[in-house]
Amino acid sequence: MRSPGLRALSISTVAAFCVSLGLVFFYAPIEAEEGFVQKIFYLHVPLAIVTLSGFVIGGLCAIAHLRTREARWDLRSYVAIHMSLIFGVGVLITGSIWAHASWGHWWVWNEPTLVSFLIIFLLYATYQPLRFAIEDPERQARYASVFAITAGAFVPLNFIAVRLSASYVHPRVLGSASNLPGSMMFTFLVSLVAMALLFATLCSYELTAKRTRIMLKARSRILGYQS
Amino acid sequence: MSRDVHARPGRPAHVPAGTIDVVRALLRKELLVELRTLESIPGMSLFAVTTFVVFHFALNQDTVSGQEAAGILWVTLLFAAMLGVNRLFVADADQGGFDGFLLAPVDRTALLLAKAIALLAYLLVLELIAVPAFALLLLGPPLGQALPGLLAPLVLGDLGVAAIGTLIAALVVRTRARDLLGPMLTLPLLVPVVIGCARATAPLLQIGGSHGTLQLRWLGTLALYDLVFGLIAYAVFDFLLED
Repeated sequence: MRSPGLRALSISTVAAFCVSLGLVFFYAPIEAEEGFVQKIFYLHVPLAIVTLSGFVIGGLCAIAHLRTREARWDLRSYVAIHMSLIFGVGVLITGSIWAHASWGHWWVWNEPTLVSFLIIFLLYATYQPLRFAIEDPERQARYASVFAITAGAFVPLNFIAVRLSASYVHPRVLGSASNLPGSMMFTFLVSLVAMALLFATLCSYELTAKRTRIMLKARSRILGYQS
Repeated sequence: MSRDVHARPGRPAHVPAGTIDVVRALLRKELLVELRTLESIPGMSLFAVTTFVVFHFALNQDTVSGQEAAGILWVTLLFAAMLGVNRLFVADADQGGFDGFLLAPVDRTALLLAKAIALLAYLLVLELIAVPAFALLLLGPPLGQALPGLLAPLVLGDLGVAAIGTLIAALVVRTRARDLLGPMLTLPLLVPVVIGCARATAPLLQIGGSHGTLQLRWLGTLALYDLVFGLIAYAVFDFLLED
């Protein structure tokens, strides 16, 4: 099955990534304190923002699913959360590398953003075990939606709680994005757009693959052979 | 005043039972079952006391205080609560309680409320046993000075555990591997409760404990958390009971 928007989306993602990597390496200035390592900021932070947005989008699609009872909303919710989990692994790895490079430890409990992210990641890691422990497809979709909504609401609350608990010992580069110099801010925004496009592209590939598989299954059932 | 002329004593036949009556009936059944089978509370309490003993040997300390004491107390209470959460809907799922409830023409939220209140009651009884046991076995400073300040975090923590525990218990009870999934889902969701309770409790359990102004901030966070998850549980619970 061909999806018309897929090719355009893929091409624009590749283009956006070329532009953003070009900006990161040749345009954005080297940060004075951290040096070259700070460039991982343009990968790590957009990745984290896109991941958390993906989790929240999964929750919103789940609300739409419970309201309309249409299976396509559940599929969207599933794909958004699944893709966010994969991106989430990337966030934890890049965050860990950055922490090691700038503070000398692979894991830093004083950085509330990193810690909240880990808790959220651990929670969402149970999404698939929960989902596939339910056999009936209709109930599976419904229960997964209930989980996605609960967890989606948990994302901001958890950030508040963990942030309150942390004492600010370490300097915070990304504490407020507003004090970034203009060239860094511009590079960051382009990287964010590129990352969001990558997320959207991968999600639509997975959605297309899933829809094709569902369609194939339906066709082969009509033709009368088991696959 | 013609309205009064037509008003009759007692409930008109077409009005279904009020939610409060249903909650009361369900809660009565819940507590009666617990009293007769004694499945949850004795197990939870025993587990908590045993965990204190385990902590004594694992830490190799006779007394603890401050943040350490708060951490041990809350981790133990949380894990003991998890046992109750895991049992909460098992009888309903296995022995047809859900079917019976769904056949009755009553508001489904009543089941959430009744179960959450029952769980809250279990937790309060658990704490009546576990907190004195903790003071006896491990706590360095005397419990008397900390007790008044301890009540608010205990109650707010219990409310959070009851709201989230009931929702997750209903979510996992009809899955394969429910005993595994329950704690896996509940623990990350309760991390903010642990943060709030342990931080609010720590200054009280210090030797010569004081009531810091810091505590109010944590109690506020806990109350907000309880409120939000209470509302979420209320909003999504119906969808778990459709078949």
